[in-house]
Amino acid sequence: MVKMIAIYKRELAYFFNSIIAYVVITIFILLAGYFFYNLLAYFNLISMQAMQNPYTARQLSLTQGVLQPLFGNLSIIMLLIMPLLTMRLLSEERKSGTAELLFTYPVTDWDVILGKYLATGTVFVAMLAMTLLYPLLLQKYASPEGGAVFSGYLGLFLMGMAFISMGLFFSCLGENQIVAGVSTFGFGLFFLIIGWITPFASPTTGKVLEQISILVHFENFAKGVIDTNDVVYYLIFSVFFLFLSSRVLESNRWRS
Amino acid sequence: MIEVQNLTKQYGETTAISDVTFQAEQGEILGFLGPNGAGKTTTMRILTCFLPPTSGRARIAGFDVLEDSLEVRKRVGYLPENVPLYHDLSVVGYLDFVGKLKGMSKQTRMRRIGEVSEECGTDDVAERTIGKLSKGYRQRVGLAQALLNDPEVLILDEPTIGLDPKQILEIRQLIRSLAGRRTIILSTHILPEVSLLCQRVIIINKGKLIIDDTPENLKYRLRSTMSLDILIRGPKEAIISHLQSLPEVESVAHKDTAAEDTHNLRIDSAENRDIRELISRSVVEKGFGLMGMTAIEMSLEDVFVQLVTEEDTIRNG
Repeated sequence: MVKMIAIYKRELAYFFNSIIAYVVITIFILLAGYFFYNLLAYFNLISMQAMQNPYTARQLSLTQGVLQPLFGNLSIIMLLIMPLLTMRLLSEERKSGTAELLFTYPVTDWDVILGKYLATGTVFVAMLAMTLLYPLLLQKYASPEGGAVFSGYLGLFLMGMAFISMGLFFSCLGENQIVAGVSTFGFGLFFLIIGWITPFASPTTGKVLEQISILVHFENFAKGVIDTNDVVYYLIFSVFFLFLSSRVLESNRWRS
Repeated sequence: MIEVQNLTKQYGETTAISDVTFQAEQGEILGFLGPNGAGKTTTMRILTCFLPPTSGRARIAGFDVLEDSLEVRKRVGYLPENVPLYHDLSVVGYLDFVGKLKGMSKQTRMRRIGEVSEECGTDDVAERTIGKLSKGYRQRVGLAQALLNDPEVLILDEPTIGLDPKQILEIRQLIRSLAGRRTIILSTHILPEVSLLCQRVIIINKGKLIIDDTPENLKYRLRSTMSLDILIRGPKEAIISHLQSLPEVESVAHKDTAAEDTHNLRIDSAENRDIRELISRSVVEKGFGLMGMTAIEMSLEDVFVQLVTEEDTIRNG
């Protein structure tokens, strides 16, 4: 535990000693801000038009009009940005040779994996926390549903941690950061849109594909619904890739 | 303390080391010699649990590197060849991090960081960022991290490479002072370093262990011949035939002609003795002009040429 925390702190320090964390967080907020502005401006326009008709005005929902699409957009930006955070986690250590010392210290593979996973998670949470400004702004001028905001952020958090575990796994595989990053992005995108072929697949296959799709599970969160099914999906996703990572590291010590 | 039995490591088709067996007792300094690519680093990586062996076993303090990897790693301090450190950390910050990974308590860390910084001479750069240090200082920081938890076994991959002569002397001094309780394996290209530091020498070539001996014995084996380079003035044929007529001279080779009648010759003595005086006297008596003479030290490369040729002859014969 002490060793895991040491690796966690060192990894977190690296994100902030180098400019990685600052650049990634800045770009993320800029993009997120742009999307938020767009959604809000559009919702504003619709609201103005709805003023003429009290019936449609009642149909308007801040959650559906702004929050839900905002969470959707944030999830896409995350897909693009997460691989950049995770790709160096172990690849860089291998490339620069520091892995040779790290893995000859008396630390377990899980110390390394969890330390790095949680450190990246912390950067991600910091990044996500910056966007809390938008619901706060909404709060000032309108009344967003607290529950929907919470569930949306919970969904983003779970999805982000799932992406990180997958990125960590690809980073464990080799010393090339680009390969790790591209693989993470590719598989992330694939898991996101795998549900698209559901209409063309047989009912059973379709159901399965739907269940493994990151996006399908996220839609409930974005709507403001917290379903244990979705929570468990993301947890299993993370645990699965963390487990694979530990296997990869362990396999380096298998007879070959 | 260290037992290596029939250790073999293959990377796909290529065999890095094959059937290497040796032991090291507690307190022994073991020198690892070999040309680049001979398998020194591979052996060290197996001993430090970084690489698994393909077959054979290696044990440190009774613990197997495969089965009790963590126990082995607790007892070994390792300095890899290219000294991979975290360049964004300060020296003290780095050592503190390493101390945590080695499971040392805060108090022990504080104390040991002070001690190893003094031993390795890194205390005057303690707050500097590692990335900005010179090669020599990085080497010292690398040594400091290996020593941090006062391990029973030290494995140092070319600890003096890339250092200036003064630093080399200091590091050697340090290594010698570390011996005693600890078992040290160090690899090097530099032959004198081995005779200065080590009680035993292991030479590997092309993945095979070819010598396991004391430096004294090794030196004796290498001194079976002595070579001289001489610069001499006079008629070429007369000089060569005169030198070849001497019973102590095994062979004479003409290297080049420096001036019109000045020749560079390489002389090998027949047996292990210093023939410089004898040569100079007889050359002068014959009326040739002796312009210069250099004794050729056996370099590691020569040792290898010699040992490896011996090996091949034995195998072919």
